[in-house]
Amino acid sequence: MESTSDSSQIADLVAGIKRRERACLAEALNLVDDRRPVAHEQAAKLLQELEQASLAAHSHLIGLTGPPGAGKSTLTAALISLWRQRGRRVGVLAVDPSSPISGGALLGDRLRMKISAGDDCVFIRSLASRGEYGGLSAEVWPMSLVMLAAFDVVLIETVGVGQREIDVASICDTTCYVAQPGSGDSIQFLKAGIMEVPHLLVVNKEDMGAVARRTLAELGTALGKAHADGNWEVPVLAASATVGSGIDEVADALLKHWETLIKTEQLVRRRRRSQARWIIKRIRDEFGSQGISRLGGEVELMQRISVQRRSLFEQHETLRLILLETGETHA
Amino acid sequence: MSEADKRDRPWLMRTYSGHSSAKASNELYRTNLSKGQTGLSVAFDLPTQTGYDSDHPLARGEVGKVGVPIDHIGDMEVLFNKIPLAKMNTSMTINATAPWLLALYVAVAEKQGANPSELQGTTQNDVLKEYLSRGTYIYPPGPSVRLTTDLITYTVDNIPKWNPTNVCSYHLQEAGATPTQELAYALSTAMAILDAVRESPSVTEERFTAVVGRISFFVNAGIRFVEETCKMRAFNVMWNKLAQQRYGVTDEKQRRFRYGIQVNSLGLTESQPENNVQRIVLEMLAVTLSKSARARAIQLPAWNEALGLPRPWDQQWALRMQQVLAFETDLLEYGDLLDGSPVVEAKVQELIASAEAEIARVAEQGGMVQAIESGYVKRELVKSHTQRMRDIESGDLKIVGVNCFTETAESPLTAGADAGIMKVDVKAEQEQIESLQAFREQRDQAKVKKALAALREAAVGGENIMPVSIDCARAGVTTGEWSEVLRETFGEYRAPTGIDISMAGQADSSEMDAVREKVRQTGEELGRPLRLLIGKPGLDGHSNGAEQIAVKGRDAGFEIVYEGIRLTPSHIARAAQEEGAHLIGLSVLSGSHLELVNDIQSELQSIGAENLPLIIGGIIPEDDAETLLSHGVQAVFTPKDVDMNLIMTDMVNIIRRSNGLEELV
Repeated sequence: MESTSDSSQIADLVAGIKRRERACLAEALNLVDDRRPVAHEQAAKLLQELEQASLAAHSHLIGLTGPPGAGKSTLTAALISLWRQRGRRVGVLAVDPSSPISGGALLGDRLRMKISAGDDCVFIRSLASRGEYGGLSAEVWPMSLVMLAAFDVVLIETVGVGQREIDVASICDTTCYVAQPGSGDSIQFLKAGIMEVPHLLVVNKEDMGAVARRTLAELGTALGKAHADGNWEVPVLAASATVGSGIDEVADALLKHWETLIKTEQLVRRRRRSQARWIIKRIRDEFGSQGISRLGGEVELMQRISVQRRSLFEQHETLRLILLETGETHA
Repeated sequence: MSEADKRDRPWLMRTYSGHSSAKASNELYRTNLSKGQTGLSVAFDLPTQTGYDSDHPLARGEVGKVGVPIDHIGDMEVLFNKIPLAKMNTSMTINATAPWLLALYVAVAEKQGANPSELQGTTQNDVLKEYLSRGTYIYPPGPSVRLTTDLITYTVDNIPKWNPTNVCSYHLQEAGATPTQELAYALSTAMAILDAVRESPSVTEERFTAVVGRISFFVNAGIRFVEETCKMRAFNVMWNKLAQQRYGVTDEKQRRFRYGIQVNSLGLTESQPENNVQRIVLEMLAVTLSKSARARAIQLPAWNEALGLPRPWDQQWALRMQQVLAFETDLLEYGDLLDGSPVVEAKVQELIASAEAEIARVAEQGGMVQAIESGYVKRELVKSHTQRMRDIESGDLKIVGVNCFTETAESPLTAGADAGIMKVDVKAEQEQIESLQAFREQRDQAKVKKALAALREAAVGGENIMPVSIDCARAGVTTGEWSEVLRETFGEYRAPTGIDISMAGQADSSEMDAVREKVRQTGEELGRPLRLLIGKPGLDGHSNGAEQIAVKGRDAGFEIVYEGIRLTPSHIARAAQEEGAHLIGLSVLSGSHLELVNDIQSELQSIGAENLPLIIGGIIPEDDAETLLSHGVQAVFTPKDVDMNLIMTDMVNIIRRSNGLEELV
């Protein structure tokens, strides 16, 4: 994707994405990952098209997070095969940490997601956190838009312990936290309010027996059942991705949360808000906190972006231009 | 008493061999036995080891490559044609499918008129190390330990002279283990197996003691032969103590550390391959010098294993090395040469202390099975191996002909038309498939169905798997069918790769910085960080090379997508596209590189990704390397490419070239 420039080519790409053509999906993901200015322009056009589609909300964006070793990838694999049995098409973005020294990364999540190679309805892209340990790099959100346009369920899998969970929670419709049996960390984080309460808690490795049951009980009592979003009681479930138990229940609970979001008309609002957050994040990445305060501070900015009906990508460009111009004035 | 009477009896002499077909391998075995070999060591091909029939898609290109294909009892009969099993001592390197191959062996012995209780030999039957190295596991650790246990308890009752399991530290060294790690992980594995046997309700205390007495080991000896001798002595001391204290074995004979050996293939070099001869001889000394820690069975690799498959003459040379040591030298006339040496004793004690500390760390995690599942052991091994590679690169670890004394005259050994290696008959795979399909047609299908149903029932219900497997063998069940029933019952396993080792300890040097800069700059010019997809197609599970490139690539700033072993060509092609890779790196050590590369290229073409550049690493003969390059492969790396920074720079330039950028120097 080095030379597409006119809008008909973008339209073709969008059509290809919607038909889940693998070459088009890959090309679109490469494009939104591309940092060169020429690509940036095309990506903005592409995303503008996809943004409308994403607000129409036919597909479910799920965040799956938890500490290293909790079994997130095996749980993802089990969910993928269950969703496939239920006829749902699945896209996955799997995030692994980057090396702070070299910037390189080892992306090994696919390893545990042994998917039948011939299945055209599953697409996995691995991502490096690129300096945002436990968090999400700026490309994740546009990539999730590309995936949402093609698949019924899009799952973002990311490592997280504590504060940085907020990142994935802030862009997904539903957040699922996978806890490691026997580890008190998750509970401490939840109690101390360091971690935003997810919509669903899963204790994986149920086959570990007593340890898993204890963690399950502790999580159950550590939480006030009602989620801060309102209209939702946080289920605490046990599952074992290796022996295949509890996977149905996890998928059902995820679906139920999504249906609740739709019924209570929160979904579109939630997505707009997360899109606004993404703009702020991008601006912070480019101009620092200084840039945010020059635009009136985060709260003010959030307000401004959320009420606008204009495309977020246009808004992003407008805000960048303001900062670039006023930056020049200062210089 | 004459000198000859005082001599010790020599060890069992074997050559690890098997290729192409049961018929070709049978001829080879009979020739080797006529040359004075005293036991057989059967190498099976990868489909047989990983439970696939020869006509399964994953088996393509692998049939008869690294060993003999055994699909059913007919193949096994041909393999041992005119070799009376009642008199033979046969070692079978077989793990995940060990119960099945032993079942076939028993069924063939019966057909020959032998009484199974007379059979002698060894099944490797150590799946735990397959998760760490070698990679021919199928099922998850829990069910695998159960199959191992079933085979052990069955043989103790029915084939009392059989060595049911050969706990392997050999492959751990191949994966980079230090002597301390070899001691610690081999003994921890033995404990995991014995603990499981002890818990099995069918095993009485008396029988359990017999089981401890039947456990044998398969060990590696590297070029640091003094330390390796000390390692063997340390094994002796530690095993004796373990059997006595942990398992309460009172009979001293049953506490003896019994082991077979194959010396180091890790240290065998492709450059100046004749140097491997002296390496092998010195390594053999490590396991023979000390009488009290002498190997029971020895198999030596051939000098040219790093080049390709050895020919019969190469194997004969390896056998003759053993015969010269045993029959010409005076080694076997003396008692232990090292007893009482303070230097040796100090080294032994040092190894014991460090190994005991590592065993304690494994025990803290709940034992070997848990430490493997958590990825701990693999991570430690990758760390050691990475350190070794760095030491070779920096020259701290000297390898003659590789990183020092590299000037050489042309070798007459590799000058022949065959370039000094064996060429496998390309028709062998097709012939095997045809004979398998014919076998399937003519057998009694109802009998097969019944036998498989009984197998499934035993697998689910927990009854010993051996008797039903022997029934399956008699009924004409195939290797793929037997394995598939168990796959359906137990599931398939993907092992941790260990490449998530800590970010600390990344090599830092000015060359490394220069490579990183090239990676970064190229990523910037192409708009996003460089991505390399590393794939291991086919059934070969030797993933150390792929893992080293993965770790080094990460250190150099690449985003590495690594999916582990046993992938189909279509899987690799599609993953490369999904992941937006700039380059595909393949690793193949089984010899099926030509077929697999060809298949991957056509898969790439069919999904419109034929422009993705492809490189390959592995044991690839020069002729084949040229063929690959002429078919569009961008680079071929072999064991003689030890400068990892150079490999990284090549990769950057290949990506630059295929994107129309100038190469960087």
